[in-house]
Amino acid sequence: MNERRSLFILCCLGFGFAFLYIPILSMVVFSFNASKLVTVWDSAHSPTLKWYAALLDNDEILDAAWISLKVAVINATGASILGMLAGFSLSRFSKFRGRFALNAMTTAPLVMPEVITGLSLLLTFVAMEQLIGWPAGRGLTTITIAHITFSMAFVTVVIQSRLATFDSALEEAAMDLGAHPMKVFFVITLPIIFPAILSGWLLAFTMSWDDLVISSFASGPGSSTLPMVVFSKVRLGVSPEINVLATITIAVVTLMMISVALWMARAARLDKARQ
Amino acid sequence: MAKRSLLKRLGISGGTFVVAVPYIWLLLFFAVPFIIVLKISFSDIDLAIPPYKPLIESAGNHLIAIKLNFNNYFFLFTDSLYFSAFLNSIKVAFISTVLCLLVGYPMAYGIARSAPATRNILLLLVVLPFWTSLLLRVYAWIGLLKANGVINNVLQWMGLIDEPLPMLYTQFAMYIGIVYSYLPFMILPLYSNLEKMNWQLLEAAQDLGCRPWQSFYKITLPLSRNGILAGSMLVFIPAVGEFVIPALLGGPNALMIGRILWDEFFSNRAWPVASAVAILLLIVLVPFMMWYQSVQARESAGDGR
Amino acid sequence: MSIPATVPLKPAPWKDPSARPYVQLERLTKKFGDFTAVDDISLKIYQGEIFCLLGASGCGKTTLLRMLGGFETPTSGKILIDGEDMAGVPPYQRPVNMMFQSYAIFPHMNVEQNVAFGLKQDGVSKAQIKERVATMLDLVKMGDFARRKPHQLSGGQRQRVALARSLVKRPKLLLLDEPLGALDKKLREHTQFELISLQEKLGVTFVVVTHDQEEAMTLASRIGVMNHGEIVQTGTPSEIYEFPSTKFVADFIGSVNMFEGKLVEDEPNYVRIQSDELGSTIFVNHGISSPPQAVVWAAIRPEKIFMSIARPEGTDNIVQGAVQDIAYLGDLSIFLVKLPTGKVVRVTRPNTSRHSEEITWDQQVYLNWDSTSPVVVTR
Ligand SMILES: Nc1ncnc2c1ncn2[C@@H]1O[C@H](COP(=O)(O)OP(=O)(O)OP(=O)(O)O)[C@@H](O)[C@H]1O
Ligand SMILES: [Mg+2]
Repeated sequence: MNERRSLFILCCLGFGFAFLYIPILSMVVFSFNASKLVTVWDSAHSPTLKWYAALLDNDEILDAAWISLKVAVINATGASILGMLAGFSLSRFSKFRGRFALNAMTTAPLVMPEVITGLSLLLTFVAMEQLIGWPAGRGLTTITIAHITFSMAFVTVVIQSRLATFDSALEEAAMDLGAHPMKVFFVITLPIIFPAILSGWLLAFTMSWDDLVISSFASGPGSSTLPMVVFSKVRLGVSPEINVLATITIAVVTLMMISVALWMARAARLDKARQ
Repeated sequence: MAKRSLLKRLGISGGTFVVAVPYIWLLLFFAVPFIIVLKISFSDIDLAIPPYKPLIESAGNHLIAIKLNFNNYFFLFTDSLYFSAFLNSIKVAFISTVLCLLVGYPMAYGIARSAPATRNILLLLVVLPFWTSLLLRVYAWIGLLKANGVINNVLQWMGLIDEPLPMLYTQFAMYIGIVYSYLPFMILPLYSNLEKMNWQLLEAAQDLGCRPWQSFYKITLPLSRNGILAGSMLVFIPAVGEFVIPALLGGPNALMIGRILWDEFFSNRAWPVASAVAILLLIVLVPFMMWYQSVQARESAGDGR
Repeated sequence: MSIPATVPLKPAPWKDPSARPYVQLERLTKKFGDFTAVDDISLKIYQGEIFCLLGASGCGKTTLLRMLGGFETPTSGKILIDGEDMAGVPPYQRPVNMMFQSYAIFPHMNVEQNVAFGLKQDGVSKAQIKERVATMLDLVKMGDFARRKPHQLSGGQRQRVALARSLVKRPKLLLLDEPLGALDKKLREHTQFELISLQEKLGVTFVVVTHDQEEAMTLASRIGVMNHGEIVQTGTPSEIYEFPSTKFVADFIGSVNMFEGKLVEDEPNYVRIQSDELGSTIFVNHGISSPPQAVVWAAIRPEKIFMSIARPEGTDNIVQGAVQDIAYLGDLSIFLVKLPTGKVVRVTRPNTSRHSEEITWDQQVYLNWDSTSPVVVTR
């Protein structure tokens, strides 16, 4: 009964996905183009891997990528822990003082324009430095704190929606059987919401890896993240190395998504088989 | 009830800890910062590091003078540049939201009406671009839209145009970029709303004499109202303050408030002015954020459906 | 078990070869993939009938109804309504309304708006809509709830809104999918009679799906019994009850004692069946068409078996057994009698005020029945 799509809807789907994917595919294709003009196909010398080699020689990009990677991993871990606590609070404790405020503070960053978040965080860091001398200057620490702040909201949403669909009766049954609350959390709750935590972690990682605006506000000299380097390059026009970078990103993301999807499908199958 | 007794059984100390850690973090790095922005928006520009004067000065003899300075706001209201940038941002965000809705609704609808197995694949395809870098996806459009870019090359090769069309660095490019980047944010809430739809209602409407498009207009559309609102807010609010896309794709005179704030801060080092812009932007956006939150609450409560 | 004792004044249309059917199904089949939900059904339904489709869950009743409504395209076969081929006619152009199994009430409209929906669609004037909606809501006793939203209604109230919504358009043919499923027994019986009187008042042809055989018995002018996508028997309630054509029908409608046996005497005016299950022979006073020595089943209704302590006269159709269990149901009692062969026979007896003999547990009793009572089926 569900497979009811008119020709119009099918056309919209086709058009929509073409719109989403043509730009991405064009970057992949032109990353193998020999011409420095990028979008003019040089059929004499293409396809070539020379820009891939060039990227591996580009210290500026590699250094920035290393910084971004460090920030993203720390951020994702921190945001997952904080987001898990916040999500757990919001969905398991129906009433506590400040629930409304916590809810608002985890919803607002989802839509808050980045320039505002970035500016306000920077001014806070400056004020804190004047007041207590920490954080001294801007760099990895401030970027990471800023990233955790905005990406934990997304983790919270993911965890909250997972917790909402699973019955708290399970936890209560375990407590009735005499398990300590901490033990219940680690033995019952955590395994069930683990996939949500994992996707929250990946989400936070991506948001940090991807962020330009907030990093620009929170960074200091010598702590340029990858998006900041890319942005300054892109402002000057297209560059073949950026196409290569994009292609690598897309390949990694696609592989990761597929393996996560397969892993989840397998988990779901196992779940079903167990029932 | 059950949930409260859980808190009790968890023991207040454990529960308090769970709540307190994220709470304090957000208070410190999300709520307090706005107060600091507000404070600095009232201070004077100074050629110093940091480039503003303190609000509170000791005026000798234990007297403390608080100097509230509305100059930054006066400045924003007197220079028509800021006002028109505000208006333009809202206009651009609004049009982009409508475009996202026009493209996104049929897609969300089509996905929701697919067989469950297809549905998951299509959904994965919608989110996949979102996981790759926004910056790189916007960059891709530069390659497509520029004078010797892919689109112009194809059109010239087909003989449809002689001269390359000027597309990059125009309003058109900016709209494409915004719609392209924000489309998943429109599709996902719409999809999760439509997925809960009881499609038999459409059959009932047709049974009572509705043509398919009438049943869509009278049943599906009103019932997906919360999804439409949530998706629109997720696009509209951040788009008002968008910086990257107008900076990369929009023309030099694409006056977007996010860009103004960026330039005031980084190029002019006018931190107090940038703060005042941020405060005004917040004042404009907070009602929408509250609306979004109430829509979310209604949607998760099920709206009596 | 109540069997309507309505005697038709003129010959029933299904007995009249010249009568024109209002709905005609010709070899209708619906497949979902390689699963056949509706299997080669041919059927005629006449104007003013209440035709009940009766069958177990999943036997294809809803699917058949959805094809009539135009929501499912037949894999093969034809549907004629009022002589017109319905192939390619969309739901909104069929002279048919449907009451959905899940009611499908529009959640964003109140009761009144739900009922008015179809009339608005037809461009009926505002004043008329108001009047017809009010009348219809009174008819289903929902007048006081006109302003309520669906989520403020009980299951039974929603059902009545759905009924009102499909009736208010005065369709020629109304399809009802388990219309009374959510009602309690009392309200259900009440609504059944209301449906009948509605039908008589409005002259609508009803096709009603149900898996409740008592409901079918009460409502129907005729019943079609479905099994695995096929219609195994059509007939009036009493025909179906008294003369089931197959083991399945006999078993499905009411309770029945089924004895497997072999034809040992096969004459044009009587047969005798040797049943090992019964440990005796069954004498039936009419002939049947079946090869000699064939395996047949004799079905005997529990209320047609008499029970006595003393051995009744005669030689045929008598067995002895011990009372194993008694269930008191108010107006009647059910006795389970165990035969020496191990077979348990179900017997019902009305609880008239002063019974001649008191029968208790473990008592040895004789069971006998008229030679007209058994129905012999061959499959
Ligand atoms: N869209 C479909 N796709 C595949 N199979 C279907 C579909 N619709 C119905 N079926 C199958 O067809 C069979 C008949 O279904 P139908 O809904 O007609 O049963 P029903 O007689 O109305 O049962 P119930 O009394 O439970 O409502 C069922 O086995 C069902 O699983
Ligand atoms: Mg059904």
